Amino acid sequence: MTEPLLEIRDLKIHFPIKSGVLQKTTNHVKAVNGVNLSVNKGETIGIVGESGCGKSTLARSIVGLLKPTSGEILFEGERIQHDHQKGMHKIRRDIQMVFQDPFTSLNPRMKAGDIIAAPLKAYKMTENLQGRVKELMDRVGLKAEDYDKLPHQFSGGQRQRIGIARALSLNPKLIVLDEPVSALDVSIQAQVINLLEDLQKELGLTYIFIAHDLSVIKHIADKVAVMYLGKVMEFAGNETFYKDSRHPYTNALLSAVPLPDPEKERRRKQIVLSGELPSPSHPPAGCVFHTRCPFAQEACKLEIPSLKAVDDNADHLVSCFFPMSAEEQLAKLSQTTSG
Amino acid sequence: MLEVKNLKVQIDTAEGIVQAVDRVSFRVEAGQTLGIVGESGSGKSVLAHSIIQLNPKPATIYPEGEIIFEGKNLLELREKALRKIRGNEIAMVFQDPMSSLNPVFKIGSQLIEAIITNQKMSKKQAKARAIELLRDVGIPDPKRRMQDYPHQLSGGMRQRVLIAIALAGNPKLLIADEPTTALDVTIQAQILELLRKVQKKYKMAIILISHDLGVISQIADNVLVMYSGRIVEDGSVNDIFYRTTMPYTWSLLRSLPRLDGQRHERLINIEGQPPNLISPPKGCNFHPRCPFATDKCLKIDPELTYRSKGHSAACILSEQEFMDGKERIEATEKERGALTYDRTTA
Repeated sequence: MTEPLLEIRDLKIHFPIKSGVLQKTTNHVKAVNGVNLSVNKGETIGIVGESGCGKSTLARSIVGLLKPTSGEILFEGERIQHDHQKGMHKIRRDIQMVFQDPFTSLNPRMKAGDIIAAPLKAYKMTENLQGRVKELMDRVGLKAEDYDKLPHQFSGGQRQRIGIARALSLNPKLIVLDEPVSALDVSIQAQVINLLEDLQKELGLTYIFIAHDLSVIKHIADKVAVMYLGKVMEFAGNETFYKDSRHPYTNALLSAVPLPDPEKERRRKQIVLSGELPSPSHPPAGCVFHTRCPFAQEACKLEIPSLKAVDDNADHLVSCFFPMSAEEQLAKLSQTTSG
Repeated sequence: MLEVKNLKVQIDTAEGIVQAVDRVSFRVEAGQTLGIVGESGSGKSVLAHSIIQLNPKPATIYPEGEIIFEGKNLLELREKALRKIRGNEIAMVFQDPMSSLNPVFKIGSQLIEAIITNQKMSKKQAKARAIELLRDVGIPDPKRRMQDYPHQLSGGMRQRVLIAIALAGNPKLLIADEPTTALDVTIQAQILELLRKVQKKYKMAIILISHDLGVISQIADNVLVMYSGRIVEDGSVNDIFYRTTMPYTWSLLRSLPRLDGQRHERLINIEGQPPNLISPPKGCNFHPRCPFATDKCLKIDPELTYRSKGHSAACILSEQEFMDGKERIEATEKERGALTYDRTTA
């Protein structure tokens, strides 16, 4: 087995809540609460989850923007030390990020070319700077004459291309993409997804792709992790994940995606979850999903399930005491409603 | 119930006049759901806001067309008469549930206000009605929730409150502009189910605007596809999703990543960008991006033409020409190996 490029071990990121005159810390928002994940070279890991599940916080700590409360992140076998300035300088070169919002992630007063050149300058790679930037622009499908334009002169899709070129400029090994296509229209979204896949193929990149759209993840990811309230609920290869998911939350999530196919839509039965995401400052005891889980039992309220292999498949991990397929789940649900 | 005839909407901006909606006609019948789908800038929101004239004044002009609601042309009504219709007979739900509620008032008082402005009722009656409405939209413990401020509610709950406010006047038509776009999928599923439920109970017509073809396919009976201010296809949901003969709709459906799609399958994108509506392209608005385009498309600006009962499309291609073109495009794509590629061989 090859050494993973990135390994996350029991990562926790808690934000203090301060209140009162003395600003005493009264509680913590447990944004990421014990995540284990490993990413192999050349793979795309998709991370999905609803807002507030901690997926963006996780992304930010991987690129070194947030310091973990506990746990560790290993990159190429070495621990990322968030406090170590020099070490971070090197890591930032290897791990780059593309942000969701192509409007706020680019400096409105900088020319497109200068935005792409900025990381190169920061790392003193100024030899043939213009040529290198033009090559990057060509690679992401921007024209050479776009060099002197300002961000507002570009459309959303083109702006996202600038963001991608900037991330590529230092020849990173890993790119963390935080919802890179969710602000774009479908026709433009397809262009950007195709570009990302081409780049990965050409440059041998590893991606951590964060999205809330399960159809996009289906397209791009080799492995998928589902997060809920700061924890990974299920982790599996793409095929297994979409055909044989076992966590009640994953099943509900998949069943909630509206299909662009009216006949199928009419025929299929949906698992509609009741209730809403509990607050991450007061996560439920036991399994964090038990408050919305239609199959929760006493054990779920008391004990915390760990991420375990199902069907002796080491690549399919589920954090549930009673894993079941979507069909079993639907059958059980119809039993309870009819009986 | 609602009939829009040949509507044109222009917006006067610093850069020039934008043809936001151009020669649009459609009908909505009671109890029906009409989905309007299009990309950003296609004019779908401007069109929906035009119905009750919520577009910014005086920048927005309505140079042509009629909006007939129960026999009255809404474009000719005075502001006072229009205000009676807004919120009462036609209500609206917006995309962003945070900015559409007033943050400094309790949701109960906002609901009661909506009820009292629309109906003659005592405050006590209005309060009872408000609780009933909150229960209708599935808010648990409605009595206590009346005392909450908007920030105390989650996005999904706020959207439910907005739907309750919209229902306050027993509207005959509900216009929902991207009502689930800001919500997570599991909450989106709840809200769509709620819309279906209240539609049945209140026997309303719904106009639902969305960029999400999945949402449209789930909830709409009929669909309008918009592109650069024009309706390019109009038909039942099955016409649009299975029997389209319109290059734009076809390309849009193909560009969607799908849950039942193949991993790393190449998505077929639509090249280029939507046109600038201040100086739209000559001929058909879609021709610069259209894989079927011929020289004729440069000259002819296609009108919506009859395809089958209840189904029309704005394209000069006949059904046969479209089918031939489709075959040709798919064949060349296969040849180029663009349809799928195997990463392991690379």
